[in-house]
Amino acid sequence: MTGLAVQEVPTLLDVRGLRKYFPITRGFFRRVVAQVRAVDDVSFAVREGETLGLVGESGCGKTTLSRAILRAIEPTAGQVLYRNRQGKVVDLAAMSGAELTPLRRDIQMIFQDPFGSLNPRMTLLDNVGEPLLVNGMRSRRERTERVAELLRLVGLRAEFMHRFPHAFSGGQRQRIGIARALATSPRLVVADEPVSALDVSVQAQVLNLLLELQLRLRLTFIFVAHDLSVVRHISDRVAVMYVGQIVELATTEAVFARPRHPYTVALMRAVPVPDPRVAATGAILKGEVPSPAAPPSGCYFHPRCQFAEDRCRREAPLLREVSPGHFARCHFADQLLLQAGE
Amino acid sequence: MLPTHTAAESEEQIEPLLSVRDLSVVFELDEGTVRAVEGVSFDVHPGQVVGIVGESGCGKSVTMKAILQLIETPGRISRGEILYRQNSTGPRAIDLARLRPRGALMRRLRGAEIALIPQEPMAAFSPVHTVGQQIIEAIMLHAGRHPDGRPISRHVARAMTIELFRDVGISIPEQRIDAYSWQLSGGLRQRAMIAMALSCRPRLLIADEPTTAIDVTTQAQILALLRELQNKYDTAIIFITHDLGVIAQMAQYVVVMYLGSVMEEGPVDDIFHAPRHPYTKALLRSIPSLYGETRTVLPVIAGALPHPFNRPPGCPFHPRCEEVISGRCMRAIPKLQPSGARQQVSCFLYHDPPEPA
Repeated sequence: MTGLAVQEVPTLLDVRGLRKYFPITRGFFRRVVAQVRAVDDVSFAVREGETLGLVGESGCGKTTLSRAILRAIEPTAGQVLYRNRQGKVVDLAAMSGAELTPLRRDIQMIFQDPFGSLNPRMTLLDNVGEPLLVNGMRSRRERTERVAELLRLVGLRAEFMHRFPHAFSGGQRQRIGIARALATSPRLVVADEPVSALDVSVQAQVLNLLLELQLRLRLTFIFVAHDLSVVRHISDRVAVMYVGQIVELATTEAVFARPRHPYTVALMRAVPVPDPRVAATGAILKGEVPSPAAPPSGCYFHPRCQFAEDRCRREAPLLREVSPGHFARCHFADQLLLQAGE
Repeated sequence: MLPTHTAAESEEQIEPLLSVRDLSVVFELDEGTVRAVEGVSFDVHPGQVVGIVGESGCGKSVTMKAILQLIETPGRISRGEILYRQNSTGPRAIDLARLRPRGALMRRLRGAEIALIPQEPMAAFSPVHTVGQQIIEAIMLHAGRHPDGRPISRHVARAMTIELFRDVGISIPEQRIDAYSWQLSGGLRQRAMIAMALSCRPRLLIADEPTTAIDVTTQAQILALLRELQNKYDTAIIFITHDLGVIAQMAQYVVVMYLGSVMEEGPVDDIFHAPRHPYTKALLRSIPSLYGETRTVLPVIAGALPHPFNRPPGCPFHPRCEEVISGRCMRAIPKLQPSGARQQVSCFLYHDPPEPA
């Protein structure tokens, strides 16, 4: 992406005010007593060919968000505007199942658990070939050819297609998962923690593969992860989530060099630096992530924020543009002088 | 004399609390024998934090299970010694490897002198007893004696547990003591587990990936807590992790393992700033940093971990090694030897004098 002026690249996906609430029910009549605001008014855009990193701690809503985009779960409110292959913008959140079907092949997912996401009773040919079958490729010969091509694409041997998933290591299985996601030639790939379950040396291999495939196939990625260094490595832009909301969104460079939200800084400082000479810096964030069923008043981060003032307790901040292309959900985003460390 | 001795003595004259010597653990399965741990040696001095780092299958957890005599059949310790000094000033050392796993002595040591913080506290706590009950039980079983030898009452053990909860930063401990593990958040659960591990004032604490299942901001809290408690009680810790960042921030001495063997060991600064073994170097290069170039190709370690039944002959790392010496590394297994003032490496690049091929 670097080198191209931002305006020249068209937006592929534009998420506006997306919400996903899960009701908490009680009693025989399943009376709704509260709502878990798993995704709470999330807006962002993804440009064609870029990687948007989505980072946050467990329970921050990053997985729910990625599933709501795919309509793997039904969003409660909001729009998911997608520009299709004909250049027409459609709202995925408002479409019926039948209308959505032809678009399903455009948006695919890579899962976290390479052991749980493949069917252990199907060979690679069937595992990887299933999306092809579903999308109307009936000829087994055609499918075999395509699967062979896909396996080679992800760095596996085509002969492997007659084996079962148990014969492969974690890294190889993740490659198989990637091959399956690419089977239908998608334009947008949502990768949910694709390297979290992998060993360090294997993680590097898979990250390299994803970068290579993106360039070769002109893919757009939404890359969900909790590991900041991995997100930083692979993303063009980064969105930081906290209790269902995006608290900061900017280019990777800007987020890491000039963070605008105190939570982003706390998250960065919490990552142990693989260098004994760099001591753990700054104050450690106190307390725990609040429950999205009963978030705090005002700014959701204020009970843990060292800069919190009265206003933060009373008034919820909006996600606003602090500098061109740099969004932060903090009342004092342009006053605080935050530094990531080092 | 064993090489680990020389390194330890040049640093300090204190006898190590724990000396693992040439430890091997095998699992005899129908399909073949898995050599999970192969000739591992290292020392842990009183009050020292030793980090053991390696990828899955490197034998780091099996080594810890061997120290605690918790290896389940068909696994067994096939060779080596695990010398534990009950009293650091005395010459008496017990070889844990020779103790009966269910014997009285091993049961006395386990939990009381050598405690474990497991990776998943959710699985380690019983869900049908409160966390308080479980810790009180441990105290009454092991440490439950007044100075005059009278056993302490449940009431006193409960007060001790509340005090421990306060120590590990659990707020409102009087209430939390009666909570079940599934009622606590991940961070609190791990704190309760640390309280349990420390309840009998162990001299050696084994922390097996204690923060792997926890979020980063909570992980930072737990690591800070462990550092603080380690200073306060001067407990020796063996810290097992696959996370090089955690190792760098926690350990004083680092042991790098690959396929059941020690590749390299030394003080943390040397391991990170002057790594010698090609595996250590490759591992350090392959992690994306918070400060490096983004969206570049990361250096990788070629190939994949071999299957446990297919342990390569010679140096276990040679098929993936960039600096492999052809005709040598695949023929013989390099021994862990001192290299430089403080490190030890098992690699023919540093073997001195060169062995006849």
